[in-house]
Amino acid sequence: MVSLSNHERVLAEVDVLGRGANRGDRAFQTVVTAIAACVPIMLLGIVILLLLDALPALLRYGGAFLTQTTWDPVAEKFGAAAYVYGTVVTSLIALLLATPIGVGCALFIAEYAPIWMRAPVSFVIELLAAIPSIIYGLWGFFILAPIMRGAIEPFLKNSLGNVPAIGALFSGPAVGRDLLVAGVILSIMILPTITAVSREILRAVPDTQREGMLALGATRWETIRKAVLPYARGGIVGAAILGLARALGETMAVTMVIGNSSTQIRASLFTPGYTMASAIANQFTEADKEIYFSAIVSVALILLVVAAIMNILARLLVWSVARAPRAS
Amino acid sequence: MSDFSPRTLGIVSALLLVATACGPGTPPAAPTTAPAPPTAAAKPTTAPAAQPTAAPAAQPTPATAGQPTTAAAPAITISGPFQDEAKTLNGAGATFPAPLYQKWFSEYVNVTQVQVNYQAIGSGGGIKGIQDQTVDFGASDAPMTDEQVAGAKGGEVYHIPTALGAIVPTYNLPTVKSKLKFTGDTLAGIFLGTIQKWNDPKLVAGNPDLVKVNEDIVVVHRSDGSGTTFGWTDYLSTVSPEWQQKVGKATSVNWPTGLGGSGNAGVAGEVQQNPNAIGYVELIYAVQNNMGYGMVRNKSGKFVDPSLESVTAAAAANAANIPADLRFSIVDAPGDASYPISTATWLLLYKNMPDQPKAVALTRLAWWATHEGQKFNKDLAYATVPDALNAKSEQFIKQIASNGKPAFPGR
Repeated sequence: MVSLSNHERVLAEVDVLGRGANRGDRAFQTVVTAIAACVPIMLLGIVILLLLDALPALLRYGGAFLTQTTWDPVAEKFGAAAYVYGTVVTSLIALLLATPIGVGCALFIAEYAPIWMRAPVSFVIELLAAIPSIIYGLWGFFILAPIMRGAIEPFLKNSLGNVPAIGALFSGPAVGRDLLVAGVILSIMILPTITAVSREILRAVPDTQREGMLALGATRWETIRKAVLPYARGGIVGAAILGLARALGETMAVTMVIGNSSTQIRASLFTPGYTMASAIANQFTEADKEIYFSAIVSVALILLVVAAIMNILARLLVWSVARAPRAS
Repeated sequence: MSDFSPRTLGIVSALLLVATACGPGTPPAAPTTAPAPPTAAAKPTTAPAAQPTAAPAAQPTPATAGQPTTAAAPAITISGPFQDEAKTLNGAGATFPAPLYQKWFSEYVNVTQVQVNYQAIGSGGGIKGIQDQTVDFGASDAPMTDEQVAGAKGGEVYHIPTALGAIVPTYNLPTVKSKLKFTGDTLAGIFLGTIQKWNDPKLVAGNPDLVKVNEDIVVVHRSDGSGTTFGWTDYLSTVSPEWQQKVGKATSVNWPTGLGGSGNAGVAGEVQQNPNAIGYVELIYAVQNNMGYGMVRNKSGKFVDPSLESVTAAAAANAANIPADLRFSIVDAPGDASYPISTATWLLLYKNMPDQPKAVALTRLAWWATHEGQKFNKDLAYATVPDALNAKSEQFIKQIASNGKPAFPGR
């Protein structure tokens, strides 16, 4: 009883004050606990159902399900490697493009922008998160894809296509429905997530850090580079991974620009591809054989596992910064 | 694992509740303005007139099926409510006939006061739904396979064809003005990836205008599972042994090449966006979007323009070869006028239904759909089912039974 926190002590006093109120408290506590319990139960239910439905395909194909690229409903040969590849590549492109921009925006808002400008700029960037993904998809389909096909992809092909190592990434005919276009759409969609979280992380950096550097005669840039960014590094990585987690599961916008072609894993980013989420959305309604349906549910299970791992990782990194002012 | 379908359908139904709620209020735009009572009154004259050609062939069949009473009265008209029938029916399945079905069911409620809810969740979903008895009737653009028939929990399933359609090769070639002519061989080659350029000698042979088009062909196919894909791959499998062996036919297949677009509209969009692209869509989509589409050479060696007439011709030409259970395919049909990539869509009904009011309502609906309903087909760009086939459907409808007794009341 000695180590009661302030909060607990207050609760204990309430107990003493009114026995009647205590019964109400208990009832309320039970209700709220039950409500809160629903969430993990639901999650558990989803996982169990996915596992049950995925079982026939997992048992039949085993590890080959992850390594084979053939997806042939007629011959009942299913391998999800091309979908996994498409998901990973588009998400990584999105991450590579969105992280520098997102962190840049966050730095501007947190360090450079005048106070009156911070709220409007944050608001506009976060508004991007409110745009439904089908609208991104339509925009990508009608505006971005033709631009990519007509201007950006030919430019990349002509400039980088002949560079030895990375040239293979930019080879082949540009049709505007490929991994690169999907990655670009995704990068726009995850930008608000990365910006918002990074901004919070940068705000959590104690002012003493900055004051210390400035007192040593550092410029603003040096302050950011030597004091702010190192302090916030873990959190910014976490912000990026949160963005990545969103990119992994994004379905509609990607489906509209990725080309939906499942059989090929090629080095070129101009290859039409397929992601796990778009494969599920496209094929589930007509999966009329049990093993076909099971294969699709297995893809969903893989997607869930990957997304869960990414989210957990990100949370851990963000927490390690946000709640530990004692670091460095 | 057999329990996934009710659950899946449950989720889908919940999602589509909104759509069905709007259904009756928003029938697809159709020029028909005839109100229900006059059409019902006019039935005795219109029904016989609708069956001029195949009527002699059709008449003997009901008699052999052991229905002497109904054989004597050929003109059965569905009109007015029937006291012992269910007032609502739930169906789900194919998206291809969904606009037609919406029109039908909004008319049908005026005729009989029976509300029919139809959820266009795809042919696969329709088959699953009827297998697991989560719907009163299913709908599919592909007949059920033997395996699927065996998996139906309610016993024997009848296939009732309701409408026919054409699948057309549609392309985007800004420089070519003339209508392209395709053969089964060239279409299979393009979709297998063996014909990669528009000026390939095989294509130029039938289309001299293509000789200057030195461009890569961008192939577009459906990304979602679809009855349209079934019809298309059914045709390619029929005309190309290589396709049959490498890809096969199904509602979704392992495409050797190309981009995927979601739905007829998605494929149409991809083709319109990509110069030098070719895809396949239902005829109506190509017409509505002013897209170029080609003629296809049929079994008799004639190049035929896809149209409602050439589709019905294909079905009529094939009627003699159609299996008794009506699980037929009319691709690559014989006859000079037959368009070779013609497909059908079916209602799926159980032969035996324990719920008698539902059985009565369903048989009346099926009869109406295969008779009075057919006159809506043309306005919505679906080809009508030839009378020779409707005659076979009639037999099935009369055989549908509830608790051992035929369910169809005959009016």
